[in-house]
Amino acid sequence: MERGTVERSAAADDGNVPLPPADAPAVVVDGLVKAYGTTRAVDGLGFSVAPGEVFAVLGPNGAGKTTTLEILEGYRAPDAGLARVLGLDPIGDARALKPRIGVMLQQDGLHPGLTAREVLRLYAGFFPDPADPDALLDRVGLRDAARTRCRRLSGGQKRRLALAVAIVGRPELVFLDEPTGGMDPEARLATWALVRELREAGTTVLLTTHLLDEAERLADRVAIVDRGRIVALDTPGALTRGAEAGAGRRVAAPGLDLAARCALAGGGGAVRLGRRAGPRPGGAGGPAGRADRARDRAGGLCAGPPARRGRRAAGRADRLAARPRRDADRAARRPRLAGGGVPAAGGARSGKRGAWSVERRAGAQECARMRQAQRRLCLGEISQ
Amino acid sequence: MTPDAPRPTPHAPRPTPSALRPVLSQARAELLLTLRRGENLLITLIVPVALLVFFASLGIVDGGAGRPVDFLLPGMLALAVIATGMVSLGIATAYERYYGVLKRLGASPLSRGGLIAAKALAVLLLEVVQVATLVAIAAAIYGWRPAGGAGAAALALLLGTLAFAGLGLAMAGALRAEATLAGANALYLVFLMLSGAVLPLDRLPDVLQGLARALPAAALTGALRAALTAGAPFPAAELIVLAVWAALTLAVAARTFRWE
Repeated sequence: MERGTVERSAAADDGNVPLPPADAPAVVVDGLVKAYGTTRAVDGLGFSVAPGEVFAVLGPNGAGKTTTLEILEGYRAPDAGLARVLGLDPIGDARALKPRIGVMLQQDGLHPGLTAREVLRLYAGFFPDPADPDALLDRVGLRDAARTRCRRLSGGQKRRLALAVAIVGRPELVFLDEPTGGMDPEARLATWALVRELREAGTTVLLTTHLLDEAERLADRVAIVDRGRIVALDTPGALTRGAEAGAGRRVAAPGLDLAARCALAGGGGAVRLGRRAGPRPGGAGGPAGRADRARDRAGGLCAGPPARRGRRAAGRADRLAARPRRDADRAARRPRLAGGGVPAAGGARSGKRGAWSVERRAGAQECARMRQAQRRLCLGEISQ
Repeated sequence: MTPDAPRPTPHAPRPTPSALRPVLSQARAELLLTLRRGENLLITLIVPVALLVFFASLGIVDGGAGRPVDFLLPGMLALAVIATGMVSLGIATAYERYYGVLKRLGASPLSRGGLIAAKALAVLLLEVVQVATLVAIAAAIYGWRPAGGAGAAALALLLGTLAFAGLGLAMAGALRAEATLAGANALYLVFLMLSGAVLPLDRLPDVLQGLARALPAAALTGALRAALTAGAPFPAAELIVLAVWAALTLAVAARTFRWE
């Protein structure tokens, strides 16, 4: 259904909006700042998204992902810096912009009293050339729920409907804020497939996630943000290869936070990133590899609250990671960054239940699949 | 989803976006929701009809020279407008914000004006049903016949709708959903007592009477009663009170309106 998006983006809008050059970025963010009180939610963020690109903003909760997206969606004005979407000002040019973008918010915003089909028809009615709502319901696996009122849909079904609502207008650009949050593994895979379809149709996608695995699988490029700043920005392959080859050190500056270390070391996997599992001292050096392997046994990627055996392994991982460096110089040359993989083990150890909510729901098969992807990622052999 | 055939002409301009299309789409959804809110029916239709039937049948209301129905019908029409404009619209809008529905609509091509227009359309359609029902019952059971000026009555209904819709939207913008729910119902009760819809205003103590006459409910009831009574003077004062309230509440509603 998304076919024709490329053509449309190349075609004139309705004559009122000057066309940007064909290769003009779909999204430009430069020096973006947004503060709430004394907290700088977004602190000098800058990136641009090419037309047709799938761009992921990866980071822990509170990193400023949603604030950035909501500035681009026109919900709030930045305190400083530039935000341009399809060459337009998200607030000043809202009228021209809104028919060309699709939005999936963290809160689904579905009317509880309307059925899934009615909601989709409602939004289809807002756009000049919408997709067929019923076909779209099929595509997101909600055919059987078409006549169900939104208040009775499950969390995952609501997310899928919100995704359908985001693309029913055949947008040129889609903002997806944590699109797979609350989805079971099957729905998540279906969502990934849909995002890939959008990409093939030439739709630009800007998504946020705190799942490394999701960013790695979907995105052409990934920006890792923490505390309102970009700590790394590259293709998923380059980010992980860089970590292997030591090139990752360019972002391994002092203060490099968990998200970056996790991504670069390939140790975080689908584990939700959280600041609480902070950097651990002395994780580098000889024991790191063994520590990682031990953590892998401890559950690593798909760990729920650790089982007894897993807890033992996690303890072993800690001891290994905490072992003092034998050779500081050697450690500095190591491609793998200090403490890689710590988030997984740290999170499992601390047993923060919420952090595992998604992974706990994950089926064994998907777990195995993710684990495999995780190993590929560790080896820098990212495919797709 | 079955993939559509590729667009035949890649450079064909998009269909011209119509400003009306989003409004109609939203209005359709608003109507659906209005019909589905069963609890809504109680306050918008059942209460006014029940009051009309109860008091008109018993004849215990001292409405002056005319028959009870001549006194009661204008008051029940006013109550119907208050219920739809203030209670129903205010509560529904407050909960739409609570559920994030308004925020999501804010990112769609439906403009703020388009949303208000859609809601107004739904309110007006519901009011047509209310007026038709009340008038039909009054005419069929109690032999009520139209008298006076339909123009003045329509003007009163319109200004009343604006004033009470503004009040409902202002509450929805300024208060939490739960507070709007409680506040709108409480105000409905106050307006029921101080509007002269059931209890003639001149039976009230002077202080209350003065307060009541300044409120939009009494102004709407008074304007409708004058408009529907043969030979009554044009209710200029009441209509001016209503117009002032409409301007005031709509201004506050516009200021407090938030998508989030």
